[in-house]
Formats: sequence, structure tokens, C-alpha cells
Amino acid sequence: MNTRPIRFAGLALLLLTAPAFASPPEQKGSSVTPEGIEVPKPPFTEGIFPCTSCHDGKQMKVDTRRRELGMHSEIQEQLHHGPATRWCLDCHDASSRDYLHLASGEKVSFNASYLLCGQCHGDKLRDWRMGIHGKRTGSWNGAKQYLLCVNCHNPHSPHFAPLKPMPPPTRPEDIKLTKGGAQ
Amino acid sequence: MTDPKPIHPPAGAVESSACGGRREFLGTAVATVAMALTGCGKLSKEEFLQHNFRELSKDELQTIIARLEREYEEKYHKAVKVGNEPAMPGVIFGYALDLSRCIGCRRCVHACVKENNQSRDPQIQWIRVLEMDKEEGVNIQHAEQYYNPEEVPRESHFYMPVQCQQCKRPPCVKVCPVGATWKEKDGIVVVDYNWCIGCRYCMAACPYGARHFNWGEPHLESADVNPATHYLGNRPRAKGVVEKCTFCVQRTRNGLYPACVEICPTGSRKFGNLLDAKSEIRQVLETKRVFKFKEDLNTQPTFFYFYGV
Repeated sequence: MNTRPIRFAGLALLLLTAPAFASPPEQKGSSVTPEGIEVPKPPFTEGIFPCTSCHDGKQMKVDTRRRELGMHSEIQEQLHHGPATRWCLDCHDASSRDYLHLASGEKVSFNASYLLCGQCHGDKLRDWRMGIHGKRTGSWNGAKQYLLCVNCHNPHSPHFAPLKPMPPPTRPEDIKLTKGGAQ
Repeated sequence: MTDPKPIHPPAGAVESSACGGRREFLGTAVATVAMALTGCGKLSKEEFLQHNFRELSKDELQTIIARLEREYEEKYHKAVKVGNEPAMPGVIFGYALDLSRCIGCRRCVHACVKENNQSRDPQIQWIRVLEMDKEEGVNIQHAEQYYNPEEVPRESHFYMPVQCQQCKRPPCVKVCPVGATWKEKDGIVVVDYNWCIGCRYCMAACPYGARHFNWGEPHLESADVNPATHYLGNRPRAKGVVEKCTFCVQRTRNGLYPACVEICPTGSRKFGNLLDAKSEIRQVLETKRVFKFKEDLNTQPTFFYFYGV
């Protein structure tokens, strides 16, 4: 499978759109989805994409059976996304590994994965498109950068991970005023 | 106080009187006496005689901004830009916060402090995150702002950040005896820190605890100073004045989202133009269950809380 033209197309798009979004900081490697939404790079594990660097159909035979995986077992172990009914190839495309696929079989690139999520979570997809669900940065009256579903929710374990809170405010009794100023 | 309108002498009159006309002499004399009486030794004559922001001519404002920038540079050893962008026409800002998503991580509180040059010591924070019982619902009696567990969200709790609600009928503005605070055309309630006398009536009037007083000399390391400021927003303040959230006026009037919106890891914070039917804020208002905090007080906030689920 030759993915070079696709990658070049993505790069070209990125170069074309880069000057319009000069300010936001976390936009390294953003791309534009087929419907023209600017999204960041999906959070791939370092060096894992393109998948076809291993799954090129030559080095390994395609085995579509549901089984215990040797490679990627860590994903299989932490699959908390309907594990009883879900299996890798329900979302990942077996014939062209650099793509996902919808229930219809239609291929979807990784930067448009929200279409895949939206098959079940349609209400969230609708809210995301309106800017209610999810996060947008940039300009309230101009160019915005969206986050993909997978930038916040690990697709294999989508529940939002708890965070350590930042320090609480100082209690009034602990605020000490030095006479003549705090300095 | 009896004469709020400044009387502008004919152009050139002030400049030409090098060693001072009667006005200037009186001004200096008053300033000197006032300084001697009040002990406000640090107050310059210009600052003492400065008018309310809303009464300043363009030239006066430019002079004041130049002076402020000079003072900040001397104090913090770096260039600080004091902007004065006016409200954009056709814009009224609105804000919505998704209570079903906020996890109480306080990223917004600290991003706000960083953006808006609040005093680090004594500590001033414009956003207060309340931890509440799910069983109780939004009930201030069961709110805790000093929560500090290892991880948030805590079981059976939800979180409600409270900041200035930018009311349409702001009680704080109503009570200010000197007109140092007002509502701008884009809906932001601002403070002229040079005009504020520090009486704190506004703090007593605000039902949201959104106003904060500089009890001590604000302490801000020069490395921490955000140099992109606005006259009515995040420029460094002095001891004895009240300050509050301005929806990051220095950012939003330049088209950017407020700092708290940009930092929120759960995307709970929505911001936009209430007059734009396509804006995120309007979508929230039209499709979600929305409420205003302490609605019964009829302060008419332009800050809304909603349930996104």
C-alpha cells in the first residue's frame, strides 16, 4: 500500500493553512479534515504511525480472527470501551491499516476519527460540531482549532482520566500582611 | 465631585504657561497638601489630578498610558504594553460553563492569575471553584472551596467555578460612589484602577464574591508579569484598589478566547458573542438546559451554567 501521496497531500494542506493560524501554541502538526475543520494530530504513540510500516500485508499475514494479541497487548488489556463486543478491526481497517472504517465499511482517516465515534455517540458529535462538547481554542470570532475526540478521550479507554487539582486558595487567616507592603 | 466634566482649556494654553498658570499652581498645591495629609507619598501629581477614564480625551489617555508604561518598565524592568482597545460594535460577550464536565482541577484559576497579573502575595484569585455535593445540587451551604484531594473529581461531588458574572444589572456598579466601575458596551464590567477609592462597597454589593481588594502592596515578580495588558483589564494594580474578572478584556477584544477557556482540559468553558446566532454560546443557550446563578436577585448575569449531557 503506498501512502506517500496521501502523506504529501496532508503536508501540503498543512503548509497552506499554517500562516492563518500563527498564534496558538499547541498546533504543531495540525491538519485539516475533509470537511475543512482544523484539528491537531491524533495522539499517536511515538513511532507507531504509519501502521503500514509493519502492517503492509507482506511482513505479516492479515489475520482477522478475534484473539489474544502478541503485539499491542497493552491496548487489549486496557480496552475499556465495550470490550465484550468490540475488537480491533471493528474500527481499524484490515485492508488499509493507516485508516479506520465506519460500520458501512467506508474508510476514514485518523484525523476524521470523530465520524467513527459519532456512529454511536451521535449526540456528542452534534454538540461537538456546534462547539458545545469538546474544546476549541484560537479566536472566538475567527479561526478556531478543534480538539479531536481522541485528544481528550483515549479511544481504547475513553473515560476522562482524573487529574491532580492545582493548589487551593490560601485561607484568609493564612494571608499575612507585612506592614508597609508584602515586599 | 460636583463638577464631573473636565474643563478643557484652549489648545496650547497649558503648554505655553511654562511656570504655571493659576490652574496648574492650584493643582500642584492641592496635590502637595493631599499627599502630605494622606501619606500617599508615592502618588505623582499627574496621577492625583488624573480624570476618570470615561472623561479622558484621546491625548490625555495617550499621555497617561505613556506614563503608566514608563512606570511599569521602571518597576518590572521589562516593556509592558497598556492597550485601550474599545468594545467592538455588534458584540455582547456571553459565557457558559458546563457543570456536567467541570472536574474542579483549578487549571482555570491559575491560568487566570498568570494572564491577569494578579498579586501572588498577598494572593488574589478571580475564579473560585466550589466543590458541591451531588445530593444537594447547587447549594452554597454545601460548598467547599479549599478542597484538595489527590485526584479530582471526587466521588459524588461536582464542581462549580464562580467568577464575575458580568451582570446586565450589576449591583457593584450601582453602589460605586465615585463611578470608578461601569459596564462597557460589550457587556464587560470594568474598573478604572486609578479612579477607585478602595471603599469596597462593590464587594459588599456583589452576590458572587467576584471582586477582590488589594489589601497589601501587590507582589508580582517581573518574570511573572504578562506584558500584554489593557488599561481596564490586567495592567498591574496598586495597593488599595478593587479588581475583578474582565473576561480577559485584553484578549477578547483582540478576538482571542479568555485564558480560562483556553486552558480548561475538559472543554467546560464556552465563550462567544451573544449577538451572533452561530456562536458557540448561542448554541448552548438554544439547545441546553441553562441556568443563571442566583437568578432570583435579578442581576441578570451574562455568565450561564449549563448541563451538557
